[in-house]
Amino acid sequence: MTAMITIEGMTKVYTMGEFEVHALRGVNVEIQSGEFVAIMGPSGSGKSTLMNMIGCLDTPTAGRYSLDGIEVASLNDNELSTVRAKKLGFVFQQYMLLPRQTALANVEMPMVYRGIPATERKRRATVALDLVGMGNRLDHRPNELSGGQQQRVAIARALAGSPSVILADEPTGALDSTTSEEIMLTLQQLNREQGLTIIIVTHEADIAAYADRIVTIRDGVVLHDRKNEAHHDNN
Amino acid sequence: MTTTNNKRQILLPVTESKSSGLEYRELLRVSMDSLMANKLRTFLTMLGVIIGVASVVSLMTLGNGASNAITNQFSSLGTNNLTILPGRPNRGGPPGQIGVQPLTMTDVKTIQVLKLPIDGPVPNFTNQATLSAAAAEKSGQVLGTTAEYQGVNTIVMASGSFFTEGNVQSASQVVVLGSNLKTFLFGSGEAVGESIRINSMNLRVIGVLEAKGGNPFGSVDDQALVPITLAQSRLFAGRSSSGELRVSNVTVAVKNTDDIPFVEERLKMALRDARKLNADGTDDDFQVLNQASFLTSLTQVTSLLTTFLAAVAGISLLVGGIGIMNIMLVSVTERTREIGLRRAVGAQSNDILLQFMIEAMVLSMLGGITGVVVGSILPIILTITKIFEAPVTLSSVVISLTVSLATGLFFGIWPARNAAQLNPIQALRHE
Repeated sequence: MTAMITIEGMTKVYTMGEFEVHALRGVNVEIQSGEFVAIMGPSGSGKSTLMNMIGCLDTPTAGRYSLDGIEVASLNDNELSTVRAKKLGFVFQQYMLLPRQTALANVEMPMVYRGIPATERKRRATVALDLVGMGNRLDHRPNELSGGQQQRVAIARALAGSPSVILADEPTGALDSTTSEEIMLTLQQLNREQGLTIIIVTHEADIAAYADRIVTIRDGVVLHDRKNEAHHDNN
Repeated sequence: MTTTNNKRQILLPVTESKSSGLEYRELLRVSMDSLMANKLRTFLTMLGVIIGVASVVSLMTLGNGASNAITNQFSSLGTNNLTILPGRPNRGGPPGQIGVQPLTMTDVKTIQVLKLPIDGPVPNFTNQATLSAAAAEKSGQVLGTTAEYQGVNTIVMASGSFFTEGNVQSASQVVVLGSNLKTFLFGSGEAVGESIRINSMNLRVIGVLEAKGGNPFGSVDDQALVPITLAQSRLFAGRSSSGELRVSNVTVAVKNTDDIPFVEERLKMALRDARKLNADGTDDDFQVLNQASFLTSLTQVTSLLTTFLAAVAGISLLVGGIGIMNIMLVSVTERTREIGLRRAVGAQSNDILLQFMIEAMVLSMLGGITGVVVGSILPIILTITKIFEAPVTLSSVVISLTVSLATGLFFGIWPARNAAQLNPIQALRHE
């Protein structure tokens, strides 16, 4: 079985004036379809850079990145946009909802860029909002929703287009601990019941603990890559 | 696992359609949403375009109206007419009147004997006088002329008849009234058969003219027309210092338009000869006014004026365009995170470019349409109330809308490019 994500010898070098910053120094990771992975690491570890690479928002200086059979490393800007639209669902720390749009319109928005017809968009958005428990808030605008509810809408937006991978960047960073737990349980549930491949990026160990596998990054390389044992005990 | 499979049915992978691409309708909706989000700012931004377009439309319309009005007035005078006036030809200043030989009946005879292909010559002798009827009195212009005046100036009678050659021969005490003068003196009542007084002389009204409109020498509608012989010999002092009968000007109607230059030249030569002037015209003390060429140059002046006014108005449209650019730049900065989000979820940079271009064009088009409506109000009111005929022309509307659309395109492209070129990662992190 081919992996959903294959990263081999990935490096990223930023040139800042006369300095060269080696954000990634040869990362090797393989993620299978249906996995729930947390990428951990302190700030400056390169985890954000890795997330941008996985999210097809940036291309590596060297190395290989294959996402769902697509070799991403060599794609141009427009091709990357298409890959993002079709293969990835993003969840951001600050929810990033359009303030004047309803929950439904927010969830529909990414599908607009794929040319999915309006009726199909609406159907998918409704199903996705239902899945995250927001089925009764379709017409609410972000300012009428709590932080947790907004993040649920954001998760629905990420999964409505049936992406290969959902990529969540500090998804609980703006939430209190109770709400954080709810969000993480929702992601967990989506992973287990829908078989969604989910990658979260976090610096908090107790958030990473919800994942089945934790990849720790430090100084641009993978420090640990291990199954979440505590988790497997629960199963 | 069965439940998993069942639920996954709900969100099947998307079957990508071949024609996958952004719908313009969606872009338009996004643009309208963002414009409606900040209504006051949108309105103020549009105001620049509204004022620009409104002034272009109203100034072009009023300019065209003025141009038409002037053209019509001069056409009413007869475009085949040549008018001979005393005084040096106008070379940059007003025609000189002081110390020049007046035109006399001798000059009229000089023209008559040329046997040119013309109607006329019609001598005109104008003077100010007190005109009074039973109910009203005013100071007005009395035009002494011949019976041929009616044909040469294409005069139509409202009632009664024009005076005859016999009336002129015998210097009859008859008068024909211009339409305005008739209304002033007699109101809506019958004038023909009544009598009026010019200075202290009683004259019988034998006809009233149809309204004709103005001309550069004053409108015939305000004049009282009498036989020239009466005007010269009995109503006014019609003799020059040398004892000849003076005339104010002489009109001839050239029968064939093509003959105008030839007739004009013959007239000049004959008059120079009779008045003992240089044959090359260097010391002419009369001038021949060519209605047709005057009309042409006048039209040139008015259309130049209209263009100039439209250009001035165009400057305000330019300012409006800069206003759009300014607001679009602000909008791009404010919405950097939104742009980052849209890029992250799959919008191509062209989609972002298009979104902001459409927004700028919606701004400029809405402004343009509103501007056309606002700019049409004054001309339409003036036209309806018959103060001034200035119909809004299709061309001014089309030009304004095209220019405002172009303004939106031109001033929208830079901010839109800025937006499209944003790096998604940095845009997402933008505070």
